[in-house]
Amino acid sequence: MSTTEIIMDGENRSTEARFFSRKVNCWAVADHSGESGSFEELAMPLFTRLYNFAYWLAQDRVAAEDLVQETYMKALRGFSSFRQGTNFRAWMYRILRNTFLTSQAGLKSSAAVSLESDEGQVAEPAVAETPETVLLARVERETIENALEELPVRFREIILLCDLEEMSYQEIGETLGIPMGTVMSRLSRARKAMRELLAARSWEAAR
Amino acid sequence: MTCDQWRSKLDAYVDSVCSDEDLANLEAHFRTCASCAAEALTRLRIKRMTQNAAARYSPSPEFRLRIEESIRAKRKPGWTFAWRPAGMGMAAAAFAVGVLLVVALTLGIQHRERGQALAELVDLHVATLASANPVDVISTDRHTVKPWFQGKLPFTFNLPELQNSSFKLLGGKVTYFEHSPGAQLLFQIRSHQLSVFIFQDSSIFQNRQETLSGITTARELAFNVEAWSEGGLRYVVIGDASPTDVQELGELMRSAK
Repeated sequence: MSTTEIIMDGENRSTEARFFSRKVNCWAVADHSGESGSFEELAMPLFTRLYNFAYWLAQDRVAAEDLVQETYMKALRGFSSFRQGTNFRAWMYRILRNTFLTSQAGLKSSAAVSLESDEGQVAEPAVAETPETVLLARVERETIENALEELPVRFREIILLCDLEEMSYQEIGETLGIPMGTVMSRLSRARKAMRELLAARSWEAAR
Repeated sequence: MTCDQWRSKLDAYVDSVCSDEDLANLEAHFRTCASCAAEALTRLRIKRMTQNAAARYSPSPEFRLRIEESIRAKRKPGWTFAWRPAGMGMAAAAFAVGVLLVVALTLGIQHRERGQALAELVDLHVATLASANPVDVISTDRHTVKPWFQGKLPFTFNLPELQNSSFKLLGGKVTYFEHSPGAQLLFQIRSHQLSVFIFQDSSIFQNRQETLSGITTARELAFNVEAWSEGGLRYVVIGDASPTDVQELGELMRSAK
């Protein structure tokens, strides 16, 4: 059943509308602001997710382990200066990301950053029922993984922080050190780039 | 409102951050506009699939253990004592414990203040040696290593000619101390590796003059350290080689033109 068929059916339409309104949330229900506790109590629950994020950034197991190790050592050293009441998760991700950006792989990735402004308006397609939406409905997990790998780091990281880590826009801003407006415009660009990659891969697979 | 305007709100919609008013208006719009509803559904599907696909990599149990052990090792106190007050009255024992605690805390705080800067740099040195990629520029040639830092640091520095010495340059990388960027250079002598850290001699060391002023030699966690200031830069040599080797590398760095 295509996307269009689902939506045009009256009964399903209201079901989908209710479905849309459901708040997407699981990890984000944990309160990450205003934490208190020992370093291990706060940091070790983030370990698996930080490693996953590091691997997506570095695209290599050894480099990801180095990144995580350096992140934990830096965080432990700086823990005494961590201000209780601020967001510990965003602080850890920020350390990891900054460590990545100053690594060899990170310097290479930042050298390839587009000079295009983050603040510009993103052009949206005028009509949704296109072959693209039909193709996107058939996207498989592997296609998503490949598209994520192909995205520039600054797009990949913001999609991971938003979609996987379910960070709020404010948390993403704290992690990346950018204002809220830039978070929204960069996220929009990142998703547009992701869709273009997905559509291209799906089109190739369908031929 | 046009469909383009509705669609500018779709990212906030799929991320569940739009206001209640926008949420109600969008859902009312979806009931009349199949095109926007299809677009929202597509975005939601991609978000969900990304969520599933991106949870892809898991650390090995060995790596987790390594990190946990590293944290525990860093948290171990420098020294401890055990004392059993056999044959003493409880009041006298409590008094003696109190006195010892005050002395221990005072000594501990003084030691921590003195050693913190060096301990942090030793940590950086150890983390570098433990890394699979210890340096970002790998070269024994100072004319390759020094230019690599151009544009990465707000200062420059000289590297010595090592042809007639026992030292070998392995490479370098950008590192951070108190959020300020600096250079970390890795040298080798026999089987020992030594780091030379170079930072701007500005505010970051102002509170640590007692530790790192003049040409200072010290031992920190059994590492030998030499530190000095020159030309607005702070240099710190750290390694497990002998004090003579550390001093010799310091002299080579100071003689660099």
